Amino acid sequence: MGKKTEVWQGTLALMVLKTLETMGPLHGYGIARRIEQTSGDRLMLNYGTLYPALLRLEQEGSIVSRWGLSENNRKAKYYRLTRSGRREIRRAAQDWEEATAILACFLATPSPPQET
Amino acid sequence: MKHLRSFFLRLVGAFSRSEHDINSEIEANLQLHVDDKVRAGMTVEEARRDAILRLGGIDPAKEAWRERRTIPLLDNLAQDTRFALRQLCKNPGFTATAMLMLATGICASVAIFAFVDAALLKPLPYESPARLVAVSEHSPQCERCNLSYQDYLDWKRLNTVFTSLEIYNHNGATIPTASGPRMVPIGRVSAGFFSTLGVKPILGGDFSARGDAAGAPRTALLSYGAWQTTYGGRADIVGQNVILDDTPTTIIGVLPRDFQFAPAEPSEYWVPLQPTGNCEKRRSCHNLYGVARLKNGTSVEAALSNTQLIARQLEIQYPDSNRDRWAKVLPLSEVISGDIQPLLLMLLCGAGLLLLIACVNVSSLVLVRTEGRKREMAVRSALGASPSRLWRQFATEGLLLVVAGGGAGLAVCYWAIQLLLKLIPERMLASMPYFLRITLNARVLAFATVISLLAATLFALTPRSRLSKAALRGDLAEGSRTVAGTSWRRLGSKLVIVELATAMVLLVGAGLLGKSLYRVLHVELAFHPDHLATLNVNASGKRYDTDAKMVKWARRTLSSIASLPGVKSAGTSSMMVVSYNGNSQWIRFVGKPYNGEHNDVNFRDVSPGYFETLQAKLVRGRFFTDADDLTKPKVVIINRALADHYFPGEDPLGRQIGNTTLAPDSLKEIVGIVDNIREGALDNEIRPAMYLPFNQDPDSGFDLVVRTSQSPQAILPSLSKAIHDVDPDVATVRPITMEDRIHDSPAAYMHRSAAWLVGGFAALALLLGVIGLYGVIAYSVSQRTREVGVRMALGAQRGTVYRMVLQEAGILSAIGIVAGVLCSLASATLIQKLLFETPPRDVTTLAVVAGVLGMASLLASYLPARQAASVNPVEALRAE
Repeated sequence: MGKKTEVWQGTLALMVLKTLETMGPLHGYGIARRIEQTSGDRLMLNYGTLYPALLRLEQEGSIVSRWGLSENNRKAKYYRLTRSGRREIRRAAQDWEEATAILACFLATPSPPQET
Repeated sequence: MKHLRSFFLRLVGAFSRSEHDINSEIEANLQLHVDDKVRAGMTVEEARRDAILRLGGIDPAKEAWRERRTIPLLDNLAQDTRFALRQLCKNPGFTATAMLMLATGICASVAIFAFVDAALLKPLPYESPARLVAVSEHSPQCERCNLSYQDYLDWKRLNTVFTSLEIYNHNGATIPTASGPRMVPIGRVSAGFFSTLGVKPILGGDFSARGDAAGAPRTALLSYGAWQTTYGGRADIVGQNVILDDTPTTIIGVLPRDFQFAPAEPSEYWVPLQPTGNCEKRRSCHNLYGVARLKNGTSVEAALSNTQLIARQLEIQYPDSNRDRWAKVLPLSEVISGDIQPLLLMLLCGAGLLLLIACVNVSSLVLVRTEGRKREMAVRSALGASPSRLWRQFATEGLLLVVAGGGAGLAVCYWAIQLLLKLIPERMLASMPYFLRITLNARVLAFATVISLLAATLFALTPRSRLSKAALRGDLAEGSRTVAGTSWRRLGSKLVIVELATAMVLLVGAGLLGKSLYRVLHVELAFHPDHLATLNVNASGKRYDTDAKMVKWARRTLSSIASLPGVKSAGTSSMMVVSYNGNSQWIRFVGKPYNGEHNDVNFRDVSPGYFETLQAKLVRGRFFTDADDLTKPKVVIINRALADHYFPGEDPLGRQIGNTTLAPDSLKEIVGIVDNIREGALDNEIRPAMYLPFNQDPDSGFDLVVRTSQSPQAILPSLSKAIHDVDPDVATVRPITMEDRIHDSPAAYMHRSAAWLVGGFAALALLLGVIGLYGVIAYSVSQRTREVGVRMALGAQRGTVYRMVLQEAGILSAIGIVAGVLCSLASATLIQKLLFETPPRDVTTLAVVAGVLGMASLLASYLPARQAASVNPVEALRAE
C-alpha cells in the first residue's frame, strides 16, 4: 500500500506538541520527520503546513522558539514546549480520546442486512 | 485566554512587515532536509528539488504563514489604507476640497447639535428630573399664566398627585454697596423648593420648613457665582448678614456650582417667598409659577386632571377671581427650554441640509475620480482582484476622507461653539444657564461619529455601481477612448439635482427668516425710539412709604433730569415699552353689561410728560398733566386697541373704568386715547392697555425715558448722577439707549440669530450647490470634447454648442429648483413658528430665491459652455 494518509484537520497541533514532549526541543524539519516516523511513515506531511501551525502554537503560548545550532552545525530554529503547552496536550488528548470513543460507538453498531 | 493572546499578537502582526525570520527558518529547514537526502545518496540539486516539493513551494508556505501571522482582513485594510493615503496625497486638490467641504458640514452640524444637546437632550441637573413638572394656571388669555398665592395654597392642600408643590418667581432687590445701592436679581421660592429639586447647598443648609411663613426670620441662599464674585468665596459666609431691600437677611448657605434654574435666572440670592405683600392676599393677583415632583408612577396627564379638578372647584367657589382660570401641568424640561426649541431644531435641520450638500458634493467628486480610475480598476480586476476587493479600496478612501474632514471639523467645532456663545448677548445667556457649560460630551461625539459614518457609507456606495464585473470588462475593452460613462452621467446629474434642491430649501428658509426679521425690526412701535435714553430706577419702599413722599421724590427726580443739558423732556412708566404684555388688570366699564368675564388689559402708571417724551400720537382727548394728582378725580388714558375693542362705534371719552366689582375708589374717567404703543415684545400682539397718572397711583420705582437733543448715548452716565443728586440711596439699573434696548431684546435677538445663522448656512449651500453644478457640467464638457469637435467639424456653430451645454445645465437646474420649491412648500410648517408676519409659503420669497439660484446656476454653467464653444475641432479630433 503505497498510499499515504494526509494529516486530519486539527490533529497536527496535537502531534507537534506530543512530539516536543517526547523529544524535547526540536526544529521544524525535525518535528516533521519525527511525526512521519512516529506514524510509521503512514502519514504524508506537507511541510508547508507546519509553519502556520507552529506560529499558531507560539501565538497561543504553548511553545516558544529560539535560534540554535543543529547536530551537524547548521543554524536552526528550535521549538520548546511550555508549561501551558503541557496542559494543552492533556486537554487536547482528552478531547481526542472522547471523540474517538464516541465515533467507535457508532462504528460498533452492526450494519443492517442489505437488500438486493 | 489563549485565544485572546493569539488574537492580540495577530493584531500586532498586522503592523509589522518583517519576514526575515520566516525566510531564515524555511531556508534552515530546507538545508537540514537537503543534508538528510544527500546523506541518503541524492545529489544536492535533486535533494533541494525534493525538499521544496515536500514543502509545497516556498511562496505558498510563506503565504500560509502570513495568513496566520496577521488577521487577513486587517492586513488588507492596512494595505488599502496605505494605498488610499498615497492616492489622496497624489491629488491634493481633490483631497483638500473634499476635506474642506466635509469639515464645514460636520463642524456646523456638530456645533448646532452641541447646543441642542445642552438645551434639549441633557437631563436637567436635578434628582430624577423626569418626575419634575411645571405647574401654572391657564386661561383663554394666556397659555401658561402665573399662579396666585391663594390658589397655590389650595392646590398644595388638595392635590393627590404631587409629593411636593413649590412656587417661585424672579425679581430684584436693592443691596447697599460703598458706591450706592445696587439692584441684584433675586429668586423668590417657597421653603421646599430646593429639596423638591433635590439640590443641597454645598455650604450651610437649606431653608427651614417654616422659613417661608410670614414673619419668619429672613434668610437667603447664595448662588455659587455670587459667592465667588461678591464674597470672594469666603468660607465663613454662612451666618453673615446682608441688607436686602432694607431688610437684614442671614445667609444660611451656598448653592452648588452647577445649580441652575433657568426660569428664575440669573439670581444671585434665593430667598423664601413670604406672603407679606398685598398680592399674596388677593386670589386675583397672579405673580408665581409652580414646580412640583410627581408621586412615583403618576403621569403628567394624571397630575393635570387632578389639578384641573381642583381648579374647577375653585372656579365654582370663587367665581369672581377664578372664572376661566384652569390648571396647566407640563414636564419641567419643556418649560425650561421650550422657547428655544423650535429655533434650535430649525438650525439643526439647516446644518443637516448643509452637511447633506457637502456630502453630495464630495460624492460627486468621488464619482468623477472613480471614472478617471476606471482603467486602473479594470487592470486590477483582470489581474484577479474581486469587485468587492476593489470596492473596499474606494470605501477605505471614503473613510479616510471622512476621518480627516470630520477630525478637522470637530477641532474647528470647539471654536465654533465658543464663537456662537460669544454672539449671544450676556443678558440672554444669563437666562439660558444650560448653555454655560456646553461641551463636546459623549453624546455630541457620538452624534459626530454617526454622521461621519453615514457620510462614509455614502462615499463607499457611490462608486459601487462602477465596479461590477460587467462594467469593468467594458472599461478594459473600451481602450483609450474616453466617453463620459452613462452611469456617471445618470448618477452625477441626480446628485446635482439633490444639491440644488437642498440649497433651494435652505435659501427659502433664510429668505423667510430674513423677511420675518425685517418685519420684526420695522414693526410699528407708535413712538420714536431714536434720541431716547432709558434707565430703570428703584428706591427703597421703606423710605418712600407714603404716596405723598413718592410723588414728591418722583417730581424732584424728573426735574433734576430735565435740567440736564441736552435733555428735551423726560417721563416714567411702571413698565418699559417693548418688554412684555403683562402687569395686567381685570377691568369693567360703568354702564356696560358685565357677566363676570375677565377683561384683561395691560396696566401702566405713567408720569405727566411720558407720552410727549415718547412722541406717541394722541388720538383724542388729552394727555396727563402734573395736576392729575390724588387731590383730583381719578383719570385714565386708554390705547386705541382698548377703545376699538370695548367701545366700537362709541365715544369712550368721559366713560368710567373700574375693577371687577366697580368699587367706588377704583373708578377712573377716560380722558384720552393714545396710539397703540408697543408695550409687548416686538413680535407680540398689541393688547388693550390703560395708563394711569403716576401722581394718582405712585410707586417707589419706575422706568425712565429721556428724550435728548443730541446722541442719547452721551447722556447715559449723567442720568444716574442726576438721580443720585436727589437721593443717593436709589438704585439705578441698565442705562441704555432705547434703540440698543430694542436691538438687544430677546425677540429681536431670536429672529436675528435665526436669520443670520440660516442665512450663513444658505450662503454656503448656494456656494457648494453652484460649485457642484459647475463641476458636473465642466466634467461633462471635458468628456465630450471629441463629440463637440465632431459636431463643429460637421458645421455646428458656436451658438449651437453653447445651447447644447446650457440646455443640459438648464434642465438640471430647473429640475433642482422645482424639486426645491416643492420641498420648501412641504416643509413650510416646520418653520412657521419662527416667522413673524410672514407666511411660510411666501410667493415673493420663493420667486426671488428661485431667481437667484437660477442666475447662479446659469453663471456656473456659462464657464464650461464657453470652454466647449472654444474647442478647436482639429485639435479635439487629433487629441483622441
